[in-house]
Amino acid sequence: MTELNKAVFEFCLRLGDSSLIIGHRLSEWCGHGPVLEEDIALINIALDHIGRSRNLLTYAGQVEGKNRTEDDLAYHRNERQFRNLLLTEFPNTDFAYTIARQFFFDTYSFFLYQDLKNSKDETIAAIAEKALKEITYHLRHSSEWMLRLGDGTKESKDKIQNAVNALWRYTGEMFMMDQVDEFLLNEGIALDMNKVKLKWEEKVSDVLNRATLYKPADVYMQEGSKKGLHTEHLGFLLAEMQYLPRTHAEAKW
Amino acid sequence: MVINEALIWNLLTEVPDPEVPAINVVELGVVRSVEIKQEAVCITITPTYTGCPAMKTIEQDIIQRLKEAQIIDIEIKTILTPAWTTDWIKEEAREKLRVYGIAPPEHSSADKNSILGKTKTINCPLCGSRDTIMQSQFGSTACKALYKCKSCLEPFDYFKCI
Repeated sequence: MTELNKAVFEFCLRLGDSSLIIGHRLSEWCGHGPVLEEDIALINIALDHIGRSRNLLTYAGQVEGKNRTEDDLAYHRNERQFRNLLLTEFPNTDFAYTIARQFFFDTYSFFLYQDLKNSKDETIAAIAEKALKEITYHLRHSSEWMLRLGDGTKESKDKIQNAVNALWRYTGEMFMMDQVDEFLLNEGIALDMNKVKLKWEEKVSDVLNRATLYKPADVYMQEGSKKGLHTEHLGFLLAEMQYLPRTHAEAKW
Repeated sequence: MVINEALIWNLLTEVPDPEVPAINVVELGVVRSVEIKQEAVCITITPTYTGCPAMKTIEQDIIQRLKEAQIIDIEIKTILTPAWTTDWIKEEAREKLRVYGIAPPEHSSADKNSILGKTKTINCPLCGSRDTIMQSQFGSTACKALYKCKSCLEPFDYFKCI
């Protein structure tokens, strides 16, 4: 692989894995949603994420040139080979955690994909253009829930504030850049994440403010996903997600 | 039989959207092009939503319809760009949607600034009332939102703009 292909492969894994894992987390709500409409909403959003991940992992496989398919990448890699953001693997815990996690991720995705539409890599640009239309609905959904929970009852407010506080330390990682990011930035393929960070902070502050929630103080930001270092939650998630194709290799729907 | 583009397009209009059978895949705008190279037919389609589970079915339905017409050499290509938009659903098809009970997309594709915008007012496809309320941004499929009409009290799907 050329240096460029290696970097694009890595970049697509990061985006694709984050989508896959958060999509899986959302799909865990199937049959458990707080109301029927919300159950359906979470599953629809999960579907968008898994669809986006399919596109990105398929492309990663093509760039890599080792004949690995989307399924090979999703089901036959171990924890250390996954590149998803730590935030995305955080358990659902309760509905407030799910919404806070989604809101942080949707806001990040919205500004990220908005600019990736102009990537010099045509496939990434095409995926971004498509995904952005869906992300717009996701962000609206999670933002509205932030307002309802934050500006709701004492119980809903406490729960969403707890979730915001607990997940905050996993948000910094979204904007940290390494050599791969720097290299792709120079190639016109990836973005300067510092710029995305500014937009993210503005939007998050605005929604927290309107939801009468407070923004957590600066804390140490957890990182590791770019090196394949994850929280203890990912192993359990993969065990469940990968069980079937690993046990029944020839299984077909 | 002579295979030409017009024939293929015609056959494609006989393939309904599996989730919204009131309209066909051409009216929906998912068929982007038809190419014919000697006996081989290449049809390019584009997904409405990236995770849309109907895409595989659409592909199979197209192949089946063409095979029934004795066209065997078929290739289906999927492209992502330009991204599908509800703007491609033609006026006539919008009316078919309404008659079927689904409120057609009322505006041009999603307004990116309305992330926290107000809920749009949608006409009830059943009684025509504008006194409707959104129940959920996500309905029976990713492409639809769930509304309720306060006049006739019926729930209905709204085809979201993207």
